[in-house]
Amino acid sequence: MVAYLIRRLIQSILILLGVSFITFFLLYVLPADPVRQIAGRSATPQTVENIRTQLGLDQPFIVQYGRYLAGLVQGDMGRSYLQKTDVATLIMARLPASLLLMVAGIGAELVIGLTMGVIAALWRGRAVDNGLMMTSFVTVSAPQFVVALLLLYVFAVKLGWFPIGGYGTPAHLVLPALTLGILGSGWYARMMRSSMVEVLRADFIRTARAKGLSRARVILRHALPNAILPVIAMIGIDIGIFMGGIVVVEGVFGWPGIGQLAWQAIQRVDIPIIMGVTLVSACAIVTGNLLADLIAPLIDPRIRIR
Amino acid sequence: MKKLLASTALIAALALPAVAEQHMDPNAKPGGNITVTYKDDVATLDPAIGYDWQNWSMIKSLFDGLMDYEPGTTTLRPGLAESYEISDDGMTFTFHLRPGVKFHNGREMVAEDVKYSLDRVTNPATQSPGAGFFGAIEGYDAVASGEAETLSGVTVVDPQTVQIKLSRPDATFLHVMALNFASVVPQEAVEAAGGDFGKQPVGTGAFKLGEWTIGQRLVFEKNADYWRDGLPYLDTVTFEVGQEPIVALLRLQNGEVDVPGDGIPPAKFQEVMADPEQAARVVEGGQLQTGYITLNVTTPPLDQVEVRKAINMAINKDRIVQLINGRAVPANQPLPPSMPGYTTDYAGYAYDPEAAKQMLADAGLPDGFETELYVMNTDPNPRIAQAIQQDLAAIGVNASIQSLAQANVIEAGGAGTAPMIWSGGMAWIADFPDPSNFYGPILGCAGAVEGGWNWSKFCDEALDAEATAADSMVSQEGEERLKMWSDVYMKVMEEAPWVPVFNEQRYTMKSARMGGDDALYVDPVSIPVNYDYVYVTD
Repeated sequence: MVAYLIRRLIQSILILLGVSFITFFLLYVLPADPVRQIAGRSATPQTVENIRTQLGLDQPFIVQYGRYLAGLVQGDMGRSYLQKTDVATLIMARLPASLLLMVAGIGAELVIGLTMGVIAALWRGRAVDNGLMMTSFVTVSAPQFVVALLLLYVFAVKLGWFPIGGYGTPAHLVLPALTLGILGSGWYARMMRSSMVEVLRADFIRTARAKGLSRARVILRHALPNAILPVIAMIGIDIGIFMGGIVVVEGVFGWPGIGQLAWQAIQRVDIPIIMGVTLVSACAIVTGNLLADLIAPLIDPRIRIR
Repeated sequence: MKKLLASTALIAALALPAVAEQHMDPNAKPGGNITVTYKDDVATLDPAIGYDWQNWSMIKSLFDGLMDYEPGTTTLRPGLAESYEISDDGMTFTFHLRPGVKFHNGREMVAEDVKYSLDRVTNPATQSPGAGFFGAIEGYDAVASGEAETLSGVTVVDPQTVQIKLSRPDATFLHVMALNFASVVPQEAVEAAGGDFGKQPVGTGAFKLGEWTIGQRLVFEKNADYWRDGLPYLDTVTFEVGQEPIVALLRLQNGEVDVPGDGIPPAKFQEVMADPEQAARVVEGGQLQTGYITLNVTTPPLDQVEVRKAINMAINKDRIVQLINGRAVPANQPLPPSMPGYTTDYAGYAYDPEAAKQMLADAGLPDGFETELYVMNTDPNPRIAQAIQQDLAAIGVNASIQSLAQANVIEAGGAGTAPMIWSGGMAWIADFPDPSNFYGPILGCAGAVEGGWNWSKFCDEALDAEATAADSMVSQEGEERLKMWSDVYMKVMEEAPWVPVFNEQRYTMKSARMGGDDALYVDPVSIPVNYDYVYVTD
């Protein structure tokens, strides 16, 4: 177990290094000059070159990357080019909001998706199954912006049940989490359905039935814990998808997370912020996957950590 | 404005009493809070750095410069300077500071602070996007190149007097001293902030920063010691950031927001204007902006002036204005109509695709040609590019659209690799209300270099000389100088490096409880709203 953890930790560090290298390289070759964004439109060529030298952007790629890494291992993520503020400060100010939304969003996804999947599996081939699978298809393909605005309009503006965007109270969390939940639930619904259908056909379920156990007990005690396994593994992957999707939802609901920070930084080629947000997101994905792998054997003894 | 120079001596002689405010609104009630929203976070409140839509007027409310503008207008007035004198050769400006003005930290502002602030903004280490505006101050080059720490042309005569010597006459210098970049900041506060003054601003302005929760909210509190008596009216202004314009509008309709800082979203514009109750709360104003297509004069066949003229005649500007719900007026020259120096009797190139086609044929291109049109990828710009594409197709010019992120379009424009660029989203908005501001970086030779903002790479040395001559005029020839500028832009149109397309109008909305002159909500200088002078009526 310890050996496994060490191996995974080394793997994770390598992955993060890889992510940092690729992102840094892409930003380096990007046909957009961060110095122009800093210097503004009235800058003389001399001013532009001064700033380039100060930021070390006149150095070869490998020197720039080396400097960045050297700062990173000392816990220094650099300063934003345009805000001049420490990147770690900017990210830490926003990370709690994103994590909260992520946890609530995944919770909403699971509740909606798993419920839909189980119901569809139990009544498979019937109208309710077709209806739910059609719904899951719609939610997977619906644009986030539209769903977010629709929920906002109906439940906040028209009905007045929730605040119109913002952050601070549990009520503020409901609509953004629900948006993410609805949009992500389709995947879970489909996955849960097929997994459940498979398990329901298994021999041990037939045995349980034959023993005379009630239908509810068979489903809840025997079928569900088995069917849910592949879905748990998916949560790890889902964190990655979440990090992408959160940008739009944060934007619509005025949720002060790192998605908004990243979006604005990309617009302005603020490299230290882009790097910082990318690495923090990559950390979240790597950690999520690691946790999913660690939890899986606890639920299913057939899976062993080697 | 036109009589700016003529009135200088008068202003100097008047020597306004220390803090009497002439623009008090008799109906104004002091007190209250307003909520303003923006989509983008506020990057910085450092006056040497901030150059964004949302922080421009915020910085104006926190800081003051030696010069200022009458609220809601482009008329200069003294700010922290009580009076000033200009030497006969126009090369020396002597500013007499208002006594008793205090920074938010309680210390009195003195001439040494003015010198420090100018040294700081021009110091390369500050990385100010506005450093170039101070290029006329003696000693600027030495500071910009790192050879000197302080501007040799700025002298502290006594604690209340500062003298600024120029290395060349600059008719726009008083406007430069009214820019945010020229704001006076206290050295001890800048140093205490340790490189992040933008998050801990200390100025002399009408408001001081009360609270800043990054990514969420900023609260400005009234500066009780403000040197303009009776101002500001509001106790606090709350800025909520990260709000989509469409959500901000819904919240305004719900009574939660007083001013949606990013204006009315295009998709909702007609709906709002169709409702008399809402339309009554919309304020319309001009802005010193022109949207244009740049034609790269170094790229064949756009290097032929006939081809550029033909393209000017091919663009249906009225249709493009319709595309954006009529929120603009068609343009025929680089300067916007509200800018001094605008040529009123100029007709421009009339829309005439047949004549344009003929012109292309005469230039040896009867079958047109292939080209590329670069555009920023946010609405409505790609739609406008499509309209331009169709107009060009009608005269046989086949333009493929390159729709890219802003930074990439700017890069292509600077590198000179883009044959045509639609300027939307990146278009020139004047930094100060003077015709010279539309020339140097975007039409002059100085900007036509690798990485410059002159994307058409148009460079006419003779025209540059005329522009320099106009800006070197010092004494009382305001009208003559504007005439010279008008001539410069007419000659630019002869060479047709641009297709001026439209001048965008600004539309701001406010809640029913907001008071104050409409002009304050479309203030041409305190963009978008002049927070110092607005008030609430409930």
